[in-house]
Amino acid sequence: MSETTISKEEVAHVAGLAKLAFNETELEQFTTQLDSILTIFDTLGEVDTEQVEPTYSVTENVNHLRQDVADNWHQKQALLENAPLEAADLIKVPAILDGEGE
Amino acid sequence: MTINFFDNDLTSLHNKLINKELTATELTQATLDNVAHTDEQLNAFISTNPEEALLQAKKIDDAHDFSDILTGLPVGLKDNLATNGIQTTGASRILEGFKPVYDATVVSKLNTAGAVSVGKTNMDEFAMGGSTETSYYKKTTNAWDATKVPGGSSGGSAAAVAGGLVPFALGSDTGGSIRQPAAFNGIVGLKPTYGRVSRWGLFAMASSLDQVGPFTRTVKDNALVLNTIAGFDEKDSTSADRDVPDFTAKLTGNVKGLKIAVPKEYFGEGIDPKVASTVKAAIAQLEALGATVDEVSLPHTKYGVAAYYIIMSSEASSNLQRYDGVRYGFRADDVQNLEDLYVKTRSEGFGDEVKRRIMLGTFSLSAGAYDAFFKKAAKIRTLLIEDFNRVFADYDVIVGPTAPTVAYGIGEEIDDPTAMYLADALTIPVNLAGLPGLSVNAGFVDGLPVGLQIIGKPFDEATVYQTGYAFEQASRLFEQLPKIAKKY
Repeated sequence: MSETTISKEEVAHVAGLAKLAFNETELEQFTTQLDSILTIFDTLGEVDTEQVEPTYSVTENVNHLRQDVADNWHQKQALLENAPLEAADLIKVPAILDGEGE
Repeated sequence: MTINFFDNDLTSLHNKLINKELTATELTQATLDNVAHTDEQLNAFISTNPEEALLQAKKIDDAHDFSDILTGLPVGLKDNLATNGIQTTGASRILEGFKPVYDATVVSKLNTAGAVSVGKTNMDEFAMGGSTETSYYKKTTNAWDATKVPGGSSGGSAAAVAGGLVPFALGSDTGGSIRQPAAFNGIVGLKPTYGRVSRWGLFAMASSLDQVGPFTRTVKDNALVLNTIAGFDEKDSTSADRDVPDFTAKLTGNVKGLKIAVPKEYFGEGIDPKVASTVKAAIAQLEALGATVDEVSLPHTKYGVAAYYIIMSSEASSNLQRYDGVRYGFRADDVQNLEDLYVKTRSEGFGDEVKRRIMLGTFSLSAGAYDAFFKKAAKIRTLLIEDFNRVFADYDVIVGPTAPTVAYGIGEEIDDPTAMYLADALTIPVNLAGLPGLSVNAGFVDGLPVGLQIIGKPFDEATVYQTGYAFEQASRLFEQLPKIAKKY
């Protein structure tokens, strides 16, 4: 496997996917750090895994099923108390598009 | 009154409550006093909840039913375990002020047993780190040396127990976050088998790796706490539907005929030679007690760190999408629209280490990188599991160091993420394979504790404890106390 490198532009693209914003200094710093971490990741290329099945979980379970009955749902007030902004018994957020009024 | 947890294990405290030498209220108040008195130095707690704790203690005294070993005993909870109505932050700014509307299953189980939570302990932000320095709130110090880190991510829980503030605490372990701080503070910490303890109400970092487990001063205390928190939970789809044995059953001190494997890779490059010789002396002591010891090989060990940081960061980047400033916690000001709210809240609410892992995970899962990184790491995980399976076909436990060094200085490694990541090399494979792993004190290097790690077969915590107990009782290292013990 060839050596993976990551450019400042790619870091900015990934930040967009992750809903994070970086200023120029942070972008430089994260690019350097991520690049050096990717060097560690590249060592995996030494191992031949052609015939190996991936493991995504070590749980013994397939699925736990329960009766489809509503449970534990009378908590609207308690949940609203945690909301940073509420109005009319609902959680209030800013407009989805610029220029939309209240 | 004062109470000293160095002289009193859980059984001793329990007997004093039964015999009315002590009330739960006195014990809770004395614990809160311990915290007020000592935590200025340690900074182990993010918050305490004296009113709730004293109220619960009074109810316990009124009922005077001490049939459960943990009834009336004080506990510290890592601040990533949801506590109903009590602030739970994950040591992140993004959850400042957040009060969960439910208890984590482990918290309910402790409540039912009558344990009294006195507060929430400090940790690395969202359990990401190995030194508790990435916490938004404070820096915890090592119980043995105030200039050293307590380890992490469960550094607050470890320091609180090692410093004698509480008799036991809970932490969580995704890549070593219970075992490494236990090692750095000279106490006992267990990461149970994946599925043994419910993860419901534990703030998810990497869901296929996370487990909750106990910190205590002795192996027996640890087994007693696991007895209470283990077991199937229908609210956690990965919780194992298996019987919970009495984890104290094999604490006899006898290890005659026990087959111990020592992986040569655990003493390779990067291990401090003094740490290696301390751990080898501990293994020789187990051999002297009648165990058989052989060197084995776990050939894929060196790929564990890379595989882990891909899998963990991928799962974490996905789990942490929920923190967006809409429903709870911190919300950024001066935003133009909803997208702006998400981005600004996350950028101001998360610290650098969390951002680094979100970035690594988002990258590893992105189009073009998925096969080369995420899927490749999952295949390496299979090979690591096969390494362990081969050894466990012939041996009962695997033993080696918990961490390659003793506790390092505060501020020494925080700016070098690659060095921090490589320090997890000996604990990570255990999480990837879902095995139980225990750290007990193996001795000291330059006055700082060294951890002996004991790894078991899936769901065989009893044999892991058996091994740790035999060493602990023969070495009696728990009788050596940090200077901070003189405060009580």
